[in-house]
Amino acid sequence: MYSSRKICLPVAAILLAAAGSLAGAAEPGSFGYGSVATPAQIAGWDIDVRGEDGTGLPPGKGTVDRGAEVYAEQCAACHGTFGEGEGRFPKLVGGVGSLRDERPEPTVGSYWPFAPTLWDYINRAMPMPAPHTLSADDVYALTAYILSLNDLVPYEFVADRNSLPKVKMRNRDNFIWTDPRPDTMAKPCMNDCVNAADVRISSTAEGRNLTPRTTGPLDTMQQK
Amino acid sequence: MRPDPLRSNAVLSDPAAPGTPMGRRSFLGLGAALTGSLAVGGKTAIADPAPESPPADAPWSQSIGAGVVERPYGRPADTEASVIRRNVPWLTASAESSVSFSPLQDLHGIITPNGLFFERHHAGRPDIDPAQHKFMIHGLVERPLLLSMKDILRFPSVSRIHFIECPANGGMNWRAAQMNSLQFSHGMVSCAEWTGVKLSTLLEEVGLKKEAKWAMVEGADGAHMNRSLPLDKCLDDCLVVYAQNGEALRPEQGYPLRLVVPGWEGNVNIKWLRRIKLGEKPWHTREETSKYTDLMPDGTSRGFTWLIDAKSVVTFPCPEKPLDGPGIYEIRGLAWTGNGKVKRVDVSMDGGVNWHTARLHEPVLSKALTRFSLPWRWDGRPALVASRVIDETGYVQPTIAQLRAQRGSNSVYHNNSIQTWQVKPDGSVFNVQLA
Ligand code: HEC
Repeated sequence: MYSSRKICLPVAAILLAAAGSLAGAAEPGSFGYGSVATPAQIAGWDIDVRGEDGTGLPPGKGTVDRGAEVYAEQCAACHGTFGEGEGRFPKLVGGVGSLRDERPEPTVGSYWPFAPTLWDYINRAMPMPAPHTLSADDVYALTAYILSLNDLVPYEFVADRNSLPKVKMRNRDNFIWTDPRPDTMAKPCMNDCVNAADVRISSTAEGRNLTPRTTGPLDTMQQK
Repeated sequence: MRPDPLRSNAVLSDPAAPGTPMGRRSFLGLGAALTGSLAVGGKTAIADPAPESPPADAPWSQSIGAGVVERPYGRPADTEASVIRRNVPWLTASAESSVSFSPLQDLHGIITPNGLFFERHHAGRPDIDPAQHKFMIHGLVERPLLLSMKDILRFPSVSRIHFIECPANGGMNWRAAQMNSLQFSHGMVSCAEWTGVKLSTLLEEVGLKKEAKWAMVEGADGAHMNRSLPLDKCLDDCLVVYAQNGEALRPEQGYPLRLVVPGWEGNVNIKWLRRIKLGEKPWHTREETSKYTDLMPDGTSRGFTWLIDAKSVVTFPCPEKPLDGPGIYEIRGLAWTGNGKVKRVDVSMDGGVNWHTARLHEPVLSKALTRFSLPWRWDGRPALVASRVIDETGYVQPTIAQLRAQRGSNSVYHNNSIQTWQVKPDGSVFNVQLA
């Protein structure tokens, strides 16, 4: 447990006394708290990979075959042997061509724009029960396996820091990275805004039996 | 089941109700209660009901209450036991990557009590030892920095009241009215007073290199949750906070340290914050490609849609709080906008034919929940109650039809449409959508 009480008073006093000189303080290290992060400290936590060009991908490599092995051990229980997803766990394959459908299926194969993002996500967040415990080689292998399940790379593909950024993902060019909102225009009309006879209920939640109870103990309902 | 205390005093006058404070006669049953059988005391009371109060003194007026520090931290009254965060068990594969919703129907202010603030975890709630927690800022900076919680507490502090909303709030109603509940249709918004350090202060302390344009913000949870933020926003109003409503952050809210990105979607308000890296370009992380992108009907997707557009909802009446017969009511609700301040809220009781401007309750703060109310004499006839917010930029909250015309119904996130509650002659209330 840390205590702030001991340190707050003196700092407040110093800041008050030195308010004038500190007000415009913009020099790095003016406060001088903490320590300069060492290269070793930074290296330990510096795990991020940039999706677009793979900047940050570490050395190492992995094959589809090796990926299949690790996947069977560490991933299949939730994501299904071929990425089809167990129960409500996410599918890792499929949905190609579905994005304009009534029920689209966004997956690595149909939706993800960048392959290095797959390496980054598996490395930082999977396997769900033990995140960030895989070796870089095994993350490359899993990435290769999942890409091959999605027919994005051939079976001989070897994933590494050079090959991954070159994988062309199917949905790569379908993202707009600048927010076009506001995309609705409305005037705040006050009276007779619509014809009263035209007001019609198009859908109601009544009787759908999807809503857990909001009194008493927590609900455990499952979808019918 | 617990009757609504505002509408009936049944709980308080029913001596058999759980949680009723012990009165004089209950002391007769005390022995039984202490041996674990409260029911015995209760049954005795039913057979011989207490005279009504008033005229009688209530039992708690004729006995001595619990002493100080009997509850050293404190907790709500036992009769408020239903006022809790709730989840939709069928919605997600596991409770560790899931959401819970604030009980907006029972909240009366702009501040969400800490235990009721909605949750969204991607790898469960870590329990972090603050003595071991470290926060790193590096990348395109002059002086990469490693800070302990003690160090962070020494920086000049600020307190700001801001809402946080998950952009998937209302996502279940994109396609059709699904959740017959205020809690489950709107409960992924909460608001707190946050105390911490301005991110701009910390970025000055490390010294930004000229090329720095983006920040990658990352959590210490198992998800290592990370997002890209443009530097302008970081320098504008982002906060690195350690306190929530005057006490240390709750573990569910990122203890011991979280980022607050005022007015932007919940997911970028990284909890359990451990690292910020400055770079030239965005990262396109999984949470800003596979998720938190908005799929349009033509198959394209919008990315980096951070802003929470203006939104409002009537919190009374609502499905959880029906009307109790014709008469005078105060329609109440909440409005908020990531653009700044709420300027006006209009309320309709006839499905949007006519609107009436509601009263905004002070304080009206930037990027914070704002209360509104409007008196209403309900004649007992069917009604369609809805609210519409206009924010200080002039943006008007859209109808669901207007949103669908632009975005179809597969975009999951950012459903900020007008909510209509159908009131039936018996006073019951349902979530509906209008054509
Ligand atoms: C205990 C169940 C479980 C296991 C085991 C597991 N995952 Fe996951 N995985 C999940 C859940 C749940 C999510 C969604 C998490 C979220 O959205 O917060 C997920 C998400 C993913 C995603 C992102 C899917 C998308 O389209 O966004 C990928 C890729 C993935 N997992 C790969 C793996 C790999 C590779 C392994 C094995 C090393 C693995 N997972 C093991 C449960 C699991």
